[in-house]
Amino acid sequence: MSDELSKPFTESSLSKEELMKMNRERRVQIITFAFMIFLTVLAFIAVGMEMIEPSFAIPFILLLAVVQFVLQLFYFMHLKDKDHQWPNAFMLTGIVVATPAVIALVLLLGVTKY
Amino acid sequence: MATATASMNNNKSVLWDWLTTVDHKKLAVLYLIAGTLFFVKAGVMALFMRIQLMSAENDFLTGQTFNEFITMHGTIMLFLAATPLIFAFMNFVIPLQIGARDVAFPFVNALGFWIFFFGGLLVSVSWFFGGAPDAGWTAYVPLSSGEYADLGLDFYVLGLQISGIGTLVSAINFIVTIINMRAPGMTMMRMPLFCWTGLVTSILIVFAFTPLAAGLALLMLDRIFGGQFFVPDSGGNAVLWQHIFWIFGHPEVYILVLPAFGIISEVIPAFSKKRLFGYTAMVFATLIIAFLSFMVWVHHMFTVGIGPITNSVFAIATMAIGIPTGIKIFNWLFTMWGGKLTFNTAMLCASSFVPTFVLGGVTGVMLAMVPIDYLYHDTYFVVAHFHYIVVGGIVLGLLAGTYYWYPKMFGHKLNEKLGILMFWLFYIGFHLTFFIQHILGLIGMPRRVFTYLDGQGMETMNLVSTIGAFLMGAGVVVLVINIVYSAFTSERVAVRDPWDARTLEWSTTTPVPEYNFAQTPQVRSLDPWFYEKIHGDGLMKSAEPMDEIHMPNGSILPFMIGLGLFIWGFGMIMLNMENPIMPPAIVIGVGFVVTFGSMLVRSIKEDHGYHIPLDKVKKIEKEVS
Ligand code: HEM
Ligand SMILES: [Cu+2]
Repeated sequence: MSDELSKPFTESSLSKEELMKMNRERRVQIITFAFMIFLTVLAFIAVGMEMIEPSFAIPFILLLAVVQFVLQLFYFMHLKDKDHQWPNAFMLTGIVVATPAVIALVLLLGVTKY
Repeated sequence: MATATASMNNNKSVLWDWLTTVDHKKLAVLYLIAGTLFFVKAGVMALFMRIQLMSAENDFLTGQTFNEFITMHGTIMLFLAATPLIFAFMNFVIPLQIGARDVAFPFVNALGFWIFFFGGLLVSVSWFFGGAPDAGWTAYVPLSSGEYADLGLDFYVLGLQISGIGTLVSAINFIVTIINMRAPGMTMMRMPLFCWTGLVTSILIVFAFTPLAAGLALLMLDRIFGGQFFVPDSGGNAVLWQHIFWIFGHPEVYILVLPAFGIISEVIPAFSKKRLFGYTAMVFATLIIAFLSFMVWVHHMFTVGIGPITNSVFAIATMAIGIPTGIKIFNWLFTMWGGKLTFNTAMLCASSFVPTFVLGGVTGVMLAMVPIDYLYHDTYFVVAHFHYIVVGGIVLGLLAGTYYWYPKMFGHKLNEKLGILMFWLFYIGFHLTFFIQHILGLIGMPRRVFTYLDGQGMETMNLVSTIGAFLMGAGVVVLVINIVYSAFTSERVAVRDPWDARTLEWSTTTPVPEYNFAQTPQVRSLDPWFYEKIHGDGLMKSAEPMDEIHMPNGSILPFMIGLGLFIWGFGMIMLNMENPIMPPAIVIGVGFVVTFGSMLVRSIKEDHGYHIPLDKVKKIEKEVS
């Protein structure tokens, strides 16, 4: 190892395959990022332009939000990668536990206030 | 490396050693001491409340003091006594049971303890600043709002917020430890049940303490900064607090009782000389209970008036929890069935846990039926129900754990004669105190009242209840005497495994060296230590050659961060004081600087720990074995 210290890091400690994987990963990240910006722009248009009915706009941006959420988790937070079963399990548990609670709260809170 | 080794040979004072320790075994002892102190404090309050309720129209305590006692008793018992006592055993036992040298983040472990401790201290000092919180441990708005409650509630809000942070970071640490630090061969389905329940409890803490933190933050905004989240007149919603609190509150009871289940599941097999019956079923029952515990919170709010459909849904969900719990009960019974039973104190506590817990569970299912709950709600029936769970369940579990793990923790056993005396005093006292409260509730005695009228037929039963409470108190006194007495008279335990038990913690030498395992053990089956005793040569196979051992350095920073948060929280409370001695902003500033300054030091100062050299490891190993 020590004789390779003079070489740059990428050559000394990364194999060809690892380097390719890293580049691919970078490309994927940029594409997802661009796609998510696009979704955000869509959301802004849906709300900002007067022509679109709120009855359509609200479910539409909620849908966009869900898509964004999933993309965030899988691409930016690496849940898609292998060896991520535990984080996956935890995120899933959190979602499964939180969703009914939030839905129940939304449904119930209007009923009784005090 | 040689220079780093020097740091362990320092001869700093004992006090400094305990303040800076990051060793999970020492932190366990700290948790044990802190938890016991809080337990005794809340227990004395309970005795005072029982004296007040001993006879009709008694005036031993005023109504206000009684309210403060009730609130502090409940709050302390749940957050500051039961939780740290459970953490004490989790800290000591889990790394040993999974064959690890320490938890994943020793520094964070110490941080969790000190933050919890200073948070608890903040709640406790409320006595000296105009009185303790008095809105019940549930702190329902509007009782707890700025309109009705004094400074005490600010202490409640900020103290619990801080101690909750400590509990949260410890829980995250346990999760990482159990997932990442298991010895080779220790698959998830070979983990002892106490590790499983510890893991599930930690997960519950992560999911349940976060809503609590959010709720407390909202209440703080309301009280200190003039928010209106819970003020209906300004568009807020008072019921929202109840929802948030119980979304946290119901999982909280399982956070406490699951580790007690775990302890029982360790003690019963050890003294039945049989493996745990239905291990897999036990694991899945634990997981199902944990999941369901998030789906039932409205059963605390049946009488709020949310509506019949909602109430029915949550009633059914609540009753469903009875099924996995029943599985557990039967598994414990079948473990004992046909076993070679030894009834020492640990086993007495563990086996009597089972019927007591069933009683608490049965009344729980009764309370889950909505029409009946309209009768029972806010009567002593409820008090009896949850004390069968918390005292008959959690406290008995903790007592069993104390007697069971004491030789590993402190190097000698507790005296058995005194132990058995303690058990009977406590057990009889417990049933005297709380069984009769079922009946009191049924004849209509409301809970959280500081007195009752003559001639309603409640005097005798309340007197019996008070006598029982004093018997329990006597039991605890005997326990304390036992601890002191055994420290002087008990012979040292020199063997690894004084109980002839089954799990990995008993394969370590007594006392446990600071690195736990000189060589990481190789696990070959469920109950690995038992397996090696029967199929191997009676010692664990090792998974690595003997080598020098990397250890973390102690640090005072966790203590400083806790202290900083204490000062900071106190400064926030001063914002609500009539005439604080100094401007609150200064105190807040000092707290902020101490907290984040310590974090900064931690971030920029490199600390790679030290190594115990090989010959020293060999020397220690020779000494202890
Ligand atoms: C030493 C034995 C104990 C005695 C004699 C005792 C007695 C009492 C009494 C008299 C009350 C007030 C009942 C009312 O009027 O509503 C109470 C409430 C309570 N106790 Fe205990 N208790 C004991 C142990 C425990 C333990 C070990 C825990 C928890 C781990 C606990 C948790 C609670 C809670 C959560 C409340 C409700 C507080 C509230 O309403 O805000 N108790 N107890
Ligand atoms: Cu509940």
